[in-house]
Amino acid sequence: MTSPKNRQRGASLFEDLEELLPFVSKPIQYVGGEVNSVIKEWDDVSVRWALMYPDAYEVGAPNQGVQILYEVINEREDSLAERTYSVWPDLEALMREHSVPQFTVDAHRAVGDFDAFGLSFSTELGYTNMLTALDLAGIPLLAADRDASHPIVIAGGHAAFNPEPIADFIDAAVMGDGEEAVLLITDIIAGWKDAGRPGGREGLLLELALTGSVYVPCFYDVDYLPDGRIQRVAPSRPDVPWRVRKHTLMDLDAWPYPKAPLVPLAETVHERMSVEIFRGCTRGCRFCQAGMITRPVRERSITSIAEIVQNGLEKTGYEEVGLLSLSSADHSEIADVARNLADRYEDSKVSLSLPSTRVDAFNVDLANELSRNGRRSGLTFAPEGGSERMRKVINKQVTEEDLIRTVTTAYAGGWRQVKLYFMCGLPTETDEDVLQIAELAREVIKAGREATGSRDIRCTVSIGGFVPKPHTPFQWAAQLDHETTDDRLRKLREAIRADRQFGKAIGLRYHDGKPGIVEGLLSRGDRRVGAVILQAWRDGARFDGWSEHFSFDRWMTAAGVALEGEPVDVDWFTTRERERTEVLPWDHLDSGLDSEWLWDDWQDALAEVGVEDCRWTPCFDCGVCDQMDTEIQVGPTGVVTLPMPTLPARNPVLAAASDT
Amino acid sequence: MARNLPPDRNVAPTVQKLRLHYAKRGRLRFSSHRDFQRALERALRRADIPMAYSAGFHPHPKVSYANAAPTGVASEAEYVEIGVAAECVPSVVRTALDDALPEGFVVMDVVAARTNDFVQRLEASVWQVELPGVAPKEAMRAAAAFLAEPEVIVERLTKNGMRTFDARSAVLLLEGAGTDPDCAILTLVVRHGTPSVRPDDVLLALRRVADLVPPKPPRVTRLAQGPLDEAGTSVTDPLDPDRPN
Repeated sequence: MTSPKNRQRGASLFEDLEELLPFVSKPIQYVGGEVNSVIKEWDDVSVRWALMYPDAYEVGAPNQGVQILYEVINEREDSLAERTYSVWPDLEALMREHSVPQFTVDAHRAVGDFDAFGLSFSTELGYTNMLTALDLAGIPLLAADRDASHPIVIAGGHAAFNPEPIADFIDAAVMGDGEEAVLLITDIIAGWKDAGRPGGREGLLLELALTGSVYVPCFYDVDYLPDGRIQRVAPSRPDVPWRVRKHTLMDLDAWPYPKAPLVPLAETVHERMSVEIFRGCTRGCRFCQAGMITRPVRERSITSIAEIVQNGLEKTGYEEVGLLSLSSADHSEIADVARNLADRYEDSKVSLSLPSTRVDAFNVDLANELSRNGRRSGLTFAPEGGSERMRKVINKQVTEEDLIRTVTTAYAGGWRQVKLYFMCGLPTETDEDVLQIAELAREVIKAGREATGSRDIRCTVSIGGFVPKPHTPFQWAAQLDHETTDDRLRKLREAIRADRQFGKAIGLRYHDGKPGIVEGLLSRGDRRVGAVILQAWRDGARFDGWSEHFSFDRWMTAAGVALEGEPVDVDWFTTRERERTEVLPWDHLDSGLDSEWLWDDWQDALAEVGVEDCRWTPCFDCGVCDQMDTEIQVGPTGVVTLPMPTLPARNPVLAAASDT
Repeated sequence: MARNLPPDRNVAPTVQKLRLHYAKRGRLRFSSHRDFQRALERALRRADIPMAYSAGFHPHPKVSYANAAPTGVASEAEYVEIGVAAECVPSVVRTALDDALPEGFVVMDVVAARTNDFVQRLEASVWQVELPGVAPKEAMRAAAAFLAEPEVIVERLTKNGMRTFDARSAVLLLEGAGTDPDCAILTLVVRHGTPSVRPDDVLLALRRVADLVPPKPPRVTRLAQGPLDEAGTSVTDPLDPDRPN
């Protein structure tokens, strides 16, 4: 789509957009102007990035990854970054009608004008939103159809660890931490432009591919066996490396981003400031892709955390701070962090939260510390598996006694409601394993009633469908079909309902198994799945992470059309177990995890054998530190008392302090 | 068990009330009232205004909002009252808060409250309605037709469902202004009531009585609100009674 007005590159299209805004819902999400947002002159810089979180603004704006890259790029004199989000269907229709292209919310520039268009995929369900954005931007959907006038389209985020399903639509993918990667790519684009764009678009992509840490799908050929399995993925040029490695940022203290977090005007899903207290996790939960692909653990020091919190509060005016990570209670100095921050902000209205679902009493102590001033409403724990056996399979090393002890501490500490997270559809799972969830919930209520002497005790059981993910020990596993998933959940619901003594105190939350199948298709798919995505998008797929927009039937119809004549179908990608020798679509993408180790861990899972955490036991050779030349970076630093910051003098608003 | 009682917070009492006059301009006219509330409360913290808070589990800064302009409508005359726990210099608060708010929210004036009937003083609003693509003559004809009616019934979807009400009787003035032949500008003075008649209700009424259908979205700005003047066709500054002398 091109502008009818022959707009200059980098010019604002806000005037055109403005005419559409009175007719759409929540127009404020499209106008930008967030506190701490940055607008730079188009002509002052060499490299221009449009960064997208491919979901609605309310979900995308708080995303830490995008905010970090936005700042890292904008700090460079020679580059600028602006943000763009998915527009809702009401605005999409108007933009098409009035030829208004996909725009950034900062200076309302056309996304097609930028040098690079970076998309952060936390989930595969954003793929169709990428196609909408490309189409609205006037960028050809297929990378092969693009020319020198189009931005290079780069995917990042966790889903980029298997970008094969979107290989036809992207020019490049980056795995792992983005901070240094985005600087590397910016350097390469700047150098290429300075040198007069040698080799054109392909020249730039080749330069990126030769780094060995940017994946450029068009330089890799995929061959298939007659039965549909992949025979080989090989570079199409001799100079392009066989494998592409992920990026790992070491020394988080040196990267205290975001330094000036964005404060949206529109309401978003996270109305708080977030501070990442460490990256990576080595708990070794076998279902957890995040834990596998973000190794090793790298902690931020207690002093750095305190500085980021104080600085962020001053710059944003937020009232709540979330201490984020994959398992926040695991920070080596978390008790000191929590106590010191709670002390420091005790007299202010600032509240602290620590999203941690670890099943132990220490976690409850932390929650108590952080809720000194607040109401103790609900605590969440994640045993993940209903039966002891299941938890051994997934390496979630929590016993029923641990759980009961933990919830007893929580209820006795004044917490009224406990939420428990489980998964359904795990490898080797039977009906009996899932029905154990009801037993566990009964025991939890019983323990709560005993601990408090009250019957006013609630337990909510929340269940997610398991989707096997690349670069995990379960990457070879068969996904459970949605019919069996739904059947198991129905049996569980009936078991809870039939319980006269405890049933009414137990809440059950779950979704049906269908969306998980589409997620599974997109997670472990190969390049042939690209045609399914394109077909589904053409048939209207948008916002697939939103139940009101998602249509399972649309996806299955699209898969039927797109995979016709292929020896593979949706079941082949999802509910089929893979063998050791099968070439997986992401085998040429190096997360550092040793394939032998992953396979052994998969076999250990089937044998119900656990593996420890390498932070407090010897290395068990997952391969990451050796392969990536990285190391675990954890405390304790020994700094147990925070130096009090020199708080800035209060604004001279006080009558007494002012010179009147 | 005393486990779920609110903690003792030694809530600082309100020692002074400040009345803020602010504008909502440009792209921020698309902000809703709730968007402004969040932005203001964060700006108050960034500016380090010593706010007074309510008691209880979830203390809220003492802020009272009055009569906010609807989403999509700009305003030069919005008002809000804040309670502070330490006496402040109004002019310094004005500057500090204006600097802290996002561009588009402009703090025009701050006065220390010396009266109690502020909200009641907001008797009427003066609105400017720009109609791009509408000739002034056409707009004037529609306005005359509207004014000639004793009542014009319109409907609006509110959070309590569809409401039907008269859009005519609350209108104290409706006249043309401006000279652009391609963009009529109407000045509208409306007495506040329940339900409050808004400019879009009057535009709907103009469509009903005179088939006035603007080809482009109208741009509406509240120019002023306050006590009606003696003629009953405009308003005076509602903060005047609070100003020293």
